[in-house]
Amino acid sequence: MWEKILILPRFLIDRRRTMGKFIRLKKGFDINLAGKAALKIAPTDQPETYAIKPSDFHGIYMPKMLVAEGDAVKAGSPLFHDKKNDNIVFTSPVSGEVIEIKRGEKRKLLEVKILADKTIEYQSFTKYSVSEIVNLGRDKAQEQLLASGAWLNLVQRPFGIVADPAERPKSIFISGFDSHPLAPDYNFIYKGQDHFFQVGVDILKKFTTGQVHLNVHSSKEISTAFSQVKGIELNKFSGPHPSGCVGVQIHHLDPIGKSDAVWTISPYGVIQIGKLFINGIYDASRIVAVAGSEVKDPQYYKTFTGGSVKKFLQNNLKQEHVRIISGNVLTGTRISPEDHLGFYDQLVSVIPEGDHHEFLGWITPSTSKLSFSRAWGLLSFLNYKKEYVLDSNTKGEPRAFVQTGVFEKVTPIDILPTHLLKAIIAEDYDDMEALGIYEVIEEDLALCEFVDVSKHEVQDILREGIDLMMKS
Amino acid sequence: MKFLRNTLDKVKHDFEKGGKWERYYYVFEALDTFAFVPKTTTGVKGAQIRDAVDMKRLMMTVILAMIPCLLFGIYNVGHQHFLAIGQAAGFGEKIWVGIVQVIPIIIVSYATGLTVEFIFATFRRHPVNEGFLVTGMLIPLVMPPDIPLWQVAIATIFAVVIGKEAFGGTGMNVVNIALTARAFLYFAYPVNIAGEVWTFIPEGAKTVEGYSGATPLAIAAETLTSGQNAVEAFSAFGTGWADNMYTFWNMFMGFMPGSIGETSTLMCLIGAFILIATGVGSWKIIVSVFAGAYGMGLFLNLVGSNPFTLMPAHYHLVVGGLAFGAVFMATDPVTAAQTETGKWFYGFLIGIFTVLVRVFNPAYPEGIMLAILLMNVFAPLIDYFVVSANKKRRLKRATI
Repeated sequence: MWEKILILPRFLIDRRRTMGKFIRLKKGFDINLAGKAALKIAPTDQPETYAIKPSDFHGIYMPKMLVAEGDAVKAGSPLFHDKKNDNIVFTSPVSGEVIEIKRGEKRKLLEVKILADKTIEYQSFTKYSVSEIVNLGRDKAQEQLLASGAWLNLVQRPFGIVADPAERPKSIFISGFDSHPLAPDYNFIYKGQDHFFQVGVDILKKFTTGQVHLNVHSSKEISTAFSQVKGIELNKFSGPHPSGCVGVQIHHLDPIGKSDAVWTISPYGVIQIGKLFINGIYDASRIVAVAGSEVKDPQYYKTFTGGSVKKFLQNNLKQEHVRIISGNVLTGTRISPEDHLGFYDQLVSVIPEGDHHEFLGWITPSTSKLSFSRAWGLLSFLNYKKEYVLDSNTKGEPRAFVQTGVFEKVTPIDILPTHLLKAIIAEDYDDMEALGIYEVIEEDLALCEFVDVSKHEVQDILREGIDLMMKS
Repeated sequence: MKFLRNTLDKVKHDFEKGGKWERYYYVFEALDTFAFVPKTTTGVKGAQIRDAVDMKRLMMTVILAMIPCLLFGIYNVGHQHFLAIGQAAGFGEKIWVGIVQVIPIIIVSYATGLTVEFIFATFRRHPVNEGFLVTGMLIPLVMPPDIPLWQVAIATIFAVVIGKEAFGGTGMNVVNIALTARAFLYFAYPVNIAGEVWTFIPEGAKTVEGYSGATPLAIAAETLTSGQNAVEAFSAFGTGWADNMYTFWNMFMGFMPGSIGETSTLMCLIGAFILIATGVGSWKIIVSVFAGAYGMGLFLNLVGSNPFTLMPAHYHLVVGGLAFGAVFMATDPVTAAQTETGKWFYGFLIGIFTVLVRVFNPAYPEGIMLAILLMNVFAPLIDYFVVSANKKRRLKRATI
């Protein structure tokens, strides 16, 4: 009650300044994991290899190589492009030598690996002053974004695909906080980037007919980059995860219908775009969090997009039998200790591998197992503030859908997850469309996968549905 | 435990594809996963961690919520037995009579039901579902205490085969399985499940003078012909051998004849508390069933002309199986309405229909069973409207 009274006046002031909205969400669930990254940057050598994986991007028809093994590249020089849409270019995050072009079945491109130079050389792009940027035309800006590879930061809804250069989105969304477990602290990793962020926003504004929305959490500290920026609509959200998921934010602020397009971009992408136009380089450097219960010293590391995780984890793991995840534990991808970060990931999570049996584990009471449910013996609801150590065990076997109402409790949008998923499984296109498949991508329903009693792979099902819709 | 695990691991390959007992894989899997949570891990992409809840734990919670009803039921079977034969008996004696009557029914229900489950799992090649853990307990609780065991077995087999497996197993069935069992007996062997069968009286035993096995609902239905005030008829009942049996509070506590587990509204409410506190049962359904029945009762009080319709509305909540049905049957997540809004309508209509059947259909004194079965069938229709409303909202938003 008091919280609401105290928040309200602040919200009114904000509203006057930026005309933003305040959306209060109640549904959802914060997963409180042990091993949060301490707010410091580890002194460590740069990783040696970097990799760009086409599988990190949706909506790419087929990648076509532009370099061969052994070629030298600069940061920002092209590696491959999309065969169907050849102005979408995937560029190298660092300068160095292309050491491996890894292909899988049917010669499908899996990853392009680069051995980095000691000092990074940059491909040069056009530099602009702040006043020039104001008058810069959309076409010029688009050209530079596409050529540098910074375009890939723009993700288009529906479907969560790489933005279509021909599209004019009705709005652009930036989620200013990450509510996923162990998420990096945006205040910390974007410190001192205020200027670049502002320039990035100025560039983005050229692309939309509507607003650029920046959404922050009402009870988290707001970075100055976000609070000072001009030309955006600053909205506040309250409530647990998935309040930070941009799909949830779009649903409440500017929902997507069949013929609409909305672009989303992370603050990292906005800053990268700012640097591209001010400094004339494709700067893929980023600060990533290495966190999780199995990390000895969870903290932040400086690296570049697609960096190898090897150096971060050397002598930094409590045990050998772990699962390393590029990204967060709800939507991330399992990788090996020599593998590389995903294109959009700013987090490496390390949790125990869960391939062990547990005697009568389905009935013994426990306070150490986290559950959204309060079913018999699951006592974590007594203490959600505790930091939990969770492993990768599925904790049960797959079963038919049993509607317990739990999906609805973690989905703070007006969508019926079970019905949508069933429509996908039945390949019912009309129902998928009517039930809102345009409004969601995997991360928006990731909590459903976590809480599901029947242990469905909700995110895989959803992506199958999206693929069906895209082909239809 | 290590020994058990090693043994299971040793024989596991015999049950896997190509093994000598391949066709019994799901039998093995059921036993294996019953003893140990399997070591399967999450996939490469997506949620890397999972909630600790699973179907087994969910079902276990429901069983736990039924324990108060079961324990009270065991006591009450003995209590009613000694009242009927006019003997004074201690707590222990009553419990003993109850155990002797009730436990065999539970054993028969589980044994036949699980046998059918395992046979189907083997032939239809699907995993054994945990749903029967609950059904196996629900069936005995809605049976009269001296139901012949062979009837329990037949009803269970019918319910599992026709009510569930014919549709593809747990999660696919349309109507509540335990109620299917009871409805089957109701129509196939009415002699043993209707009339004055609700008290255990051994063959040849002499009942006390003035004894009657009529349940409150039967008495209330009789008022239709006798024209007596229902509450007066209740208080007149049992004079001499069971005074004040049918007062409101005694019926709320459950010291009256009836199905084994359904008589005590108090115990059902304890179960409801467990289901709601754990989040396993839908409070919306439970509340709306009671609200529907009470609302309909009140409405009939206002417009009613005969003595049954004039029975005070709150009596409807404590007589018969309304509370048990509301808490344990209507909340079955598979057969109930699946949308949150739909649950309100679903529960409310169950309450309304229960009272309607009771008051206007003297052939079936108890309405809750038929009301739930009816609404089970209509639940998809309710959901259809709720889902359509969701679709329309989205469409409307898009066209503005």
